[in-house]
Amino acid sequence: MHELPITEEILKIVLKHAQINNVRQVMAIHLQIGKLSDLEDEWIQRYFDYLSKGTLAEGAKLKIQRMPIMMQCSACSASYEAEAAKIGDLACPQCGQKESSLLSGREYYIKDMEVQ
Amino acid sequence: MGEVRLIEVKEEILADNIKVAAGIRERLRNTKTMLLNLMSSPGSGKTSLILQTIANLKDSLRIGVIEADIDSTVDAEKVAARGIPAVQLKTGGFCHLDATMVTKGIDALKLSELDLVIIENVGNLVCPAEFDTGAHKNVMILSVPEGDDKPLKYPLMFSICDLLLVNKIDYLSLSDFDMSALRKRVLALNPRIIIMEVSCKTGSGIEDWINWLKKEVKVFS
Repeated sequence: MHELPITEEILKIVLKHAQINNVRQVMAIHLQIGKLSDLEDEWIQRYFDYLSKGTLAEGAKLKIQRMPIMMQCSACSASYEAEAAKIGDLACPQCGQKESSLLSGREYYIKDMEVQ
Repeated sequence: MGEVRLIEVKEEILADNIKVAAGIRERLRNTKTMLLNLMSSPGSGKTSLILQTIANLKDSLRIGVIEADIDSTVDAEKVAARGIPAVQLKTGGFCHLDATMVTKGIDALKLSELDLVIIENVGNLVCPAEFDTGAHKNVMILSVPEGDDKPLKYPLMFSICDLLLVNKIDYLSLSDFDMSALRKRVLALNPRIIIMEVSCKTGSGIEDWINWLKKEVKVFS
């Protein structure tokens, strides 16, 4: 639901790096997005295609790597991966304790981009 | 066609928002104004809770309210009618507030004369969880008619909040809402969260909320 402002930020950062590096054309952008985010890949690309018209990034493909949700057990400190849909009904695979805190899974990160 | 090369970017997409939010927190530290971000689904009782809070605290704390709505001023008018400074932000179709929008809200308030500013975020359990508003405390409301399965559907919101108010407990006898299942689900996600059961309608549990808020504002100032 909030793909548009996220996409605007992506384009802003990509164009800044394109300019610094004397890029003629951005071909692809590699993103790392946590699985806890509700962003829809298809919509990010659609918004990006619309916003990037007439810029160096027009036509660039967004390649999204979904980063796992990692939890840390509050009792034994073991870390383990969780599925988004089951995250409220988790138990530590090491000790069975239910309480845990989020280690990662909220990433919004631009890793690198393929350019000419 | 030239050769394709790879450029490292290594940037947080939301870096700008995170920076603006940190700036808000620091600015409000200086004026000793605590900023509280209140989030929930539409209709779960955000405005009712704010009105209850004002009724209980307006003689002991100086409160301001920032109301966010997609396109209406109904809530800000209700708050202003209680003699409380209120700013209405229209998000223009956006489903959440970000730190830049909140800056506009706090710019319109006399911060040096306020102990507490409450943001009533846009009614939505998804997007507001992703954007740091610059608040010192994040509070959410879940109302009984919404169901005890919401932590399974919107885990991020439950994982970022300091306090959860389960509102409309006067509806409990009419529903199959399982309070102990809800508590287990929420605590599994966020063991530090405080859970309170309230009814803005009957006033049940409101005292606990008011005491928590008073204590937090006191610690802050």
